[in-house]
Amino acid sequence: MSAPVTFGIDRIKCDGHGVCASLIPEMIELDEWGYPIIDAGPISRQLRNHARRAVSACPMLALRLRSGSGA
Amino acid sequence: MNGDNLFAHGVTHTAPEGLAEHTTRLGPLPPVRSDFIDVLERSSLRGRGGAAFPVATKWRTVANWRGQAPVVLVNGAEGEPLSHKDRRLMETRPHLILDGAAIAARAVGAARIVYYIGAKHRSALSAFKRALAERSADEQRRSLLVTAPMHYVAGEESAAVHFINDGVALPTATPPRPFERGIDGRPTLVQNVETLAHVAMIARHGDGWFRSLGEGSSAGTALVTVSGAVPASSVIEVAQGTTIADAVSSAGGLVSDARAVLLGGYFGAWIDAEEAWGVRLDPASLKPQGLSLGCGVVSVLPDDSCGVTTTARVMSYLAQESARQCGPCTFGLRAIAESTTRIAALDGHSGDLQRIQRWAGLLPGRGACSHPDGAAGLLLSALRVFAAEFALHGQQRRCALGDPLKVAA
Repeated sequence: MSAPVTFGIDRIKCDGHGVCASLIPEMIELDEWGYPIIDAGPISRQLRNHARRAVSACPMLALRLRSGSGA
Repeated sequence: MNGDNLFAHGVTHTAPEGLAEHTTRLGPLPPVRSDFIDVLERSSLRGRGGAAFPVATKWRTVANWRGQAPVVLVNGAEGEPLSHKDRRLMETRPHLILDGAAIAARAVGAARIVYYIGAKHRSALSAFKRALAERSADEQRRSLLVTAPMHYVAGEESAAVHFINDGVALPTATPPRPFERGIDGRPTLVQNVETLAHVAMIARHGDGWFRSLGEGSSAGTALVTVSGAVPASSVIEVAQGTTIADAVSSAGGLVSDARAVLLGGYFGAWIDAEEAWGVRLDPASLKPQGLSLGCGVVSVLPDDSCGVTTTARVMSYLAQESARQCGPCTFGLRAIAESTTRIAALDGHSGDLQRIQRWAGLLPGRGACSHPDGAAGLLLSALRVFAAEFALHGQQRRCALGDPLKVAA
């Protein structure tokens, strides 16, 4: 069993581009101003690839993956 | 009441206590024993800046952090509009704070102490300058006095570090937290001025003495600013565990019937007046009730003031004081403030009430600092305590008190 992986976000860097939510809508939705509402729970194995893609697509490099409790 | 610690023998004089008087009253600063952090732990002292974090835990973390020598950052920014207790303490008992900071520096192995004091707290600043000038040359050399900008978030610990490092009093993303990397990249112990004053007393009299000051199972005393439906705003020292009713009596008692009590300041919570009187001012007993002593604010809303309008003003203030670095806080708080203000003015749009409830639920945990969390907590408590008033305002566009603009506290 590997350690749980969750999303982390630098809220100051995040500019609300919203790319993340389109790449992993299962875990990230946007509020009415376009800023992500992130599921703080562990990212399931099936969604890991989507999660990695969302992280690398963030134009502000605000989104990251981390071990431990999320967001 | 057993409120006889920091303000012992009264602080009716406005001049700060000088070093000679301070030393005659309390004796010289005792040597810091190697087990002092254990003493602090047994005292169960918690931080008095708002977060009520156990002091010994923080000190131990900084003391054990590897690498460069730490820095002690003494926080006297006091940006909370309803709080005056830090100012009052700095103005009257500066040497108690300097003692506490010196003890902290010795206990965690810090070589430098930075005093961060609100720029508008002029008498506090001059009291500190005078007091520092009375200390040893060595202590003066390793101390630095910095004036803090008067924004609500400037006193947040990462904002304080950011200002001292770069001149920008805005919170930074964490990690790293100040205890990991703070002033000049060094591990930094950030501690509120009142907390350090308690440390200075505990170092002299011990943890048993401190615990015995509290009511029942509570430990120590706390400085509290009582305002609102009392004869005048005042800072009092109460035994922890004192009820809100007793704190209000000590501040001169009620001058009118009360509708609710705001506990903990603008990051705190409203409590219905009838429930509030029995609430005990002690972090340990407040926490299970979802309450917090915060920075020690007890503000009584008179029953002829509108809770909705008062809350709308607080939300507008907090929205304006957002550092505007994080989207959810910048836009969410502004929207909440606008909707709440409309509801207060009996001019709400359809759905405003549901929207502010939902937005408040979305704010917590979505900022670099806890500004949005604090604001959301206050609003949610208002929606509970003033549920009837919000419904009347929002649905019937009516205020039971008449024109709400004339009846805000």
